[in-house]
Amino acid sequence: MSTGPIRQLLPHRVLFALMLSLAAVTLPHALHLPPWLTAILVVTAAWRYLAGSRGWRLPNRWLLLFLTLLGAAGVVLHHGTFIGRDAGVAMLCLMLGLKLLEMRTRRDTVVVIYLGYFLVVTQFLYSQNLLMAGWLLLTVWALTALLITVNRSTTPTGWFPHAGQAAALMTQALPLMLVLFVLFPRIPGPLWGMPEDEARGVTGLSDSMTMGNISELSQSDAVAFRVEFASEPPPPAQRYWRGPVLRQYDGRTWRQGEPDHTAPPSAERLGGDMDYSITLEPHNRTWIFALDLPVQISIPVSVNTGYALERSNAVRERIRYNVRSVLDYRLEPELGDRDPAIYLQVPEGSHPRTRALISGWQSEAADQDALITRALAHFREQPFEYTLRPPLLRGDTVDEFLFESRRGFCEHFAGSFAVMMRLAGIPARVVTGYQGGEINPVGDYMIVRQSDAHAWVELWREGNGWQRVDPTAWVSPERIDLGLGSAVPARDNPPTLSRRTPSLSRTLALQWDALNAYWDRWVLAYGPGMQQQLMERLGLGDWRRMITVLALLMLLTLGALALIILRRRPQRPEDPVQRAWIRFCRRMAAIGLPRRPEEGPRDYARRLIRERPDLAADVEALSRLYLHLRYSGRGSPNQVRALAAHVARFRPGRKAAGQASPET
Amino acid sequence: MPLIKPRLAGTASAPLQPLIRQAEDIILGKQHAIREAIACLLARGHLLIEDLPGVGKTTLAQLLARLFGLQFQRVQFTSDLLPADIIGATIYDRDTGGFHFHPGPVFAQLVLADEVNRATPKTQSALLEAMEERQVTVEGETRALPEPFFVVATQNPGSQIGTFPLPESQLDRFLMRIQLGYPDRAAEHELLRGVDRRELLQKLRPAMDHETLLDLQRQAAGVHVADAVVEYVQALMEYTRSSEHFHTGLSPRAGLALLRAARAWALLEGRDAVLPEDVQAVFVSVACHRLHAEGGVPGQHEPRLARLVLDNVPVP
Repeated sequence: MSTGPIRQLLPHRVLFALMLSLAAVTLPHALHLPPWLTAILVVTAAWRYLAGSRGWRLPNRWLLLFLTLLGAAGVVLHHGTFIGRDAGVAMLCLMLGLKLLEMRTRRDTVVVIYLGYFLVVTQFLYSQNLLMAGWLLLTVWALTALLITVNRSTTPTGWFPHAGQAAALMTQALPLMLVLFVLFPRIPGPLWGMPEDEARGVTGLSDSMTMGNISELSQSDAVAFRVEFASEPPPPAQRYWRGPVLRQYDGRTWRQGEPDHTAPPSAERLGGDMDYSITLEPHNRTWIFALDLPVQISIPVSVNTGYALERSNAVRERIRYNVRSVLDYRLEPELGDRDPAIYLQVPEGSHPRTRALISGWQSEAADQDALITRALAHFREQPFEYTLRPPLLRGDTVDEFLFESRRGFCEHFAGSFAVMMRLAGIPARVVTGYQGGEINPVGDYMIVRQSDAHAWVELWREGNGWQRVDPTAWVSPERIDLGLGSAVPARDNPPTLSRRTPSLSRTLALQWDALNAYWDRWVLAYGPGMQQQLMERLGLGDWRRMITVLALLMLLTLGALALIILRRRPQRPEDPVQRAWIRFCRRMAAIGLPRRPEEGPRDYARRLIRERPDLAADVEALSRLYLHLRYSGRGSPNQVRALAAHVARFRPGRKAAGQASPET
Repeated sequence: MPLIKPRLAGTASAPLQPLIRQAEDIILGKQHAIREAIACLLARGHLLIEDLPGVGKTTLAQLLARLFGLQFQRVQFTSDLLPADIIGATIYDRDTGGFHFHPGPVFAQLVLADEVNRATPKTQSALLEAMEERQVTVEGETRALPEPFFVVATQNPGSQIGTFPLPESQLDRFLMRIQLGYPDRAAEHELLRGVDRRELLQKLRPAMDHETLLDLQRQAAGVHVADAVVEYVQALMEYTRSSEHFHTGLSPRAGLALLRAARAWALLEGRDAVLPEDVQAVFVSVACHRLHAEGGVPGQHEPRLARLVLDNVPVP
């Protein structure tokens, strides 16, 4: 083992390019690696580079072992485990860093590059977006070029030698990549299904609503889903994307309530059909969003009591579905045997000031319709303000909001309005979901962002069923018509993309989103479902059949390749002399005396005679003739025939008569 | 044990056999080295003997001169040796009143350059040029060296103070580099018991005249090399070029040298065609000093690695 200064293995430039490429590979990982590990990587890379350029010493084996154990212990302490995505990637990065410190031979360099490739793959466990894919493609290009450089014996010139060849190799790999992309079995759900990893960093609507939680969500520019309309999209005032429906109220929080196992509510179509497809981003819950009111959908869903669509398992990967909605509908005109009491329930003794206000109105108003109008007018007449930064409410939230702060986000208006209606004896519930959506002119589709999250109210009217009433629209009509960014004051600092003022960065952002939408639709959306569809169309629906076909295809390809290779190097030599000799060698090998590949023919003959004196005459005659024919350059056709004939009748026995075989 | 004497054996090498026997009587236990040295002479190549002092380097050179009846000159290389000390110089003669060329020791049929790595590179290259060109040019006048012309250089293993190791390109001028090594126990016993080797040398009578030697050299050059042998040599060279053990592989010139040595070896074996075994017999001595192992001290691993090459390349 050498611990001294290492001999220059790679020219400085190639070493530098290698370090640079590895840095590019690990850079995205640095976002989730423990900081100390990133520091280790920087130090080891610098160390190895200086070892190459300045002749620094590399650590010896014991120090390396110590560092490895220390680093592994660090990873386990940090993540609590070896297993799982984060800990696994951390270990891999650690190994890469330490391998750099023992990179002495060409083989080590190749191993380092392979580790780099592996790290590229692991990056997809974190992010699969277009930008990352492009970046990783570049790093793979660099790594491949380096791999070629390292395997060449010639001294490379330039900073990035063999880049063209690497590009050609990657282009050649394209067909294989496509075949694997289409045919490789897809596994539903994230491959790396560790529970701790799944829910991380996913935003979306929750199952309940308190004052404050939607305004929090609205801080995010993240895409909730994208919609492609078959025809003209509906006007902004009709863009209500239905999500969870909340009917249970405990004085502070709105919840869905226990599901009652009755038949789903009836819906009457009155007109205004709308066909569209939605690409839904993963949100880790079961909700499927659709425009009010969906009547047909291409994926299996259940309709719950509140007419919200639900899937049986959580949406953990991007899904795409087609929906038909009707804009004009009558939802559940008869409550039937459903108990309306839950839609009127407000905890006893809560919201005394609101109760007093409603009692006042009730004595004035002629009927319930007049009362609804009165309540909505109240929001417009009083100095209510629509804001992303509502003050925190501590006491009786509804009273405080209606009479003191008067500043709120959609959930404040929807929540308090529903309470007011219930106190007035009108069945009411809160519907959460998204409102609005922005048309991206680049791809001609609609983007609905988390900042479009919204809550509104549905009131049940005898004969008309559930009717949508959005108190926010009365306070801030701009929210409905122009979206969040135009409705809240600029000091609220709404997310950038929700402001609809045209600007260059906005245009670029939209174009980028369009590109991402294509990527999502054509690459990432190809999941187990789409694969199954495609396979069925190809007649390969059954996975056993698919595997059989794949295996056959592989066999045919390999067979064809083998044929080509075998044809290029004929197994049977053309030369009859050599053919006879090989036959002779095979005969001898059959009796346990094969010719070693590096053994010359004369030495072989001598060895044979030494081991089997009984065969001496034949072996000597044969080998003498062979040596003459092959090496003297004076053979005659008669001698060639004699050699072939002699070999043909030469039948050595396994054991000489009366003699033990030499190898026992 | 029945020996294979291929029918290609001619009578050409007949005078060589007693000569080899005589040599083996003087230098004990070094059959292969002696044969290699003689093959080198037959191939018109020059010989580099690299070994520790006292293992018989000089004796071997003197022995060759004696046996082949060659005119012998010995030059002890030192750091103050000048090129003129080897090649010769033009000196003013008072009696005749003119300049006369006094030929140096290089004008001999067998020149022993003892401890060649002690001299400065300038002096070394004077000798090496003479070896390559087989002529010397002094003050514009070119003088041919005698035929046959054979240089035996000796060298102590390079790691000694005050030496100038021969550069890699110069090492190529030697057809073979051999190592003698210590004799085995039996041979050493006989050596210590027996008569002084120098006395034996004195008594030795030339076994061959120049004409026979030149004729043998011509015959060696004419030994047949079949395509199969060329393929084998090519496979060996390719292996050294692609193997990760070697920094640089064998050059085409090394391939030519290998075939030249193998021809002489075949002649020595009494054949007029080269067998793969002949290539194997001379491979280590011919290839070793032309290869540079990856890593490690130069000259240390090459013999082992050269044998590794033989073990790894199949005979076609």
